[in-house]
Amino acid sequence: MEAGEHKLAIFRGLLKFKSNQQKIWGVLIFLSIVTTIEVVLGILKPQILMASFLRMKLLNWIFIIMTIIKAYYIAWDFMHIRDEKTGLKNSIVLPLIILIPYLAFILLLEADYIFDVMGQGFVSWNF
Amino acid sequence: MEVTSNVPVDDGQVWRGGNKPLNASYGKMMMWFFIVSDALTFTGFLVSYGFSRFKNINSWPIADEVFTHFPFLHGIDAPMYYVALMTFILIFSSVTMVLAVDAGHHMNKAKVTFYMLLTIIGGAIFVGSQAWEWKNFIKGEYGALETKGGQILQFVNAETGKRESIQDFAIGIASERETHAPNNGVWYQNEKSLPNVSVAEVKKGFLANPDLVIRTEQLNSEGRKTVLTRENSLYKIEDAVNVVEGANLIHNEYGNRLFADFFFFITGFHGFHVFSGVVINIIIFFNVILGTYEKRGHYEMVEKVGLYWHFVDLVWVFVFTFFYLV
Repeated sequence: MEAGEHKLAIFRGLLKFKSNQQKIWGVLIFLSIVTTIEVVLGILKPQILMASFLRMKLLNWIFIIMTIIKAYYIAWDFMHIRDEKTGLKNSIVLPLIILIPYLAFILLLEADYIFDVMGQGFVSWNF
Repeated sequence: MEVTSNVPVDDGQVWRGGNKPLNASYGKMMMWFFIVSDALTFTGFLVSYGFSRFKNINSWPIADEVFTHFPFLHGIDAPMYYVALMTFILIFSSVTMVLAVDAGHHMNKAKVTFYMLLTIIGGAIFVGSQAWEWKNFIKGEYGALETKGGQILQFVNAETGKRESIQDFAIGIASERETHAPNNGVWYQNEKSLPNVSVAEVKKGFLANPDLVIRTEQLNSEGRKTVLTRENSLYKIEDAVNVVEGANLIHNEYGNRLFADFFFFITGFHGFHVFSGVVINIIIFFNVILGTYEKRGHYEMVEKVGLYWHFVDLVWVFVFTFFYLV
């Protein structure tokens, strides 16, 4: 791959960089901002975000979404997925985005069910 | 579509696999496939962590109370700052790695060497930080009692609301203790190390100090650990059978044992990845210095280890979220 082949725009073309090096620093700044927001939210834990949404706190949803955003930019810009052919891109990303949510869904649902059973059953777990 | 090419190629090339629909070299593609499978391994670990957590959703330890240390700040409650620092170090070493790859594209040996060195240093600092984190976790801070059912009872001062260390309030009871030695007992049994205080000593100290109350594992509706009244505490302490200090694979003073198990297993597995990444980086670093890739005409090897290194960073982003933030 030649140096000139890198796609230098991020945020759907909103932010264009002049060189690949500049893009790397730009992505670093973006990742740092996201991490800082995560840490600040984790320390402050604002009361409004403690509301429950789909059996999880709103704050936790925000953390997970921010993590996925960070993962996207690490994979797309640091691992150069952005520059790869569609076929390679899909063969890497599709198995992961199909299998991971599937596994997470079935296991967490099962765990939720077991929690209910343990809470309603006649066996005490707290002794 | 980019995948199929309409450009006519001679038959010999097609039948011998001469087409490169993915435009990636063999080594790079295999690294990608390894990363995909390794990502699924980590998924298995993290999702099983989620399983255990959802199963014990009303009694899971609160990460902010577990990881509160920062180097040189003794006795100051600093939740998360240290892991945040570790995260920044790892992201930064990821950046130096990608800069090394970029310098490799320009065949700039000096710059590749420099950035590889920075990456190795960043990785080493990260592994060291993780070791320090483990040390604090294993050592523990306040100590706790464990009931027959494996529940953890921690101690709180009812007036200040602060945690109390069992070392501080336990009252010593003079007792004779004989050390088990292989030559005067069952030869294949070794004596396990004992906690510094016994259950009876903690109980005695607890009865003597009317300010102390017990904090259980259960979370209340505000997401905080339930603190019992003095009367209920006096009743509850009778259930205690063990003194727990720190955490290991069997006991965990912070709460649910599974929390410690998953912490050791997942951060350990990740730390092992970082360690092997540092070793591979060092090998490539020396190859760069020796001019191997200069002679080869390209620095693709740096890109391949770079992929692995970024993957390790990627996994840490998730570990950070699920162990420390959520």
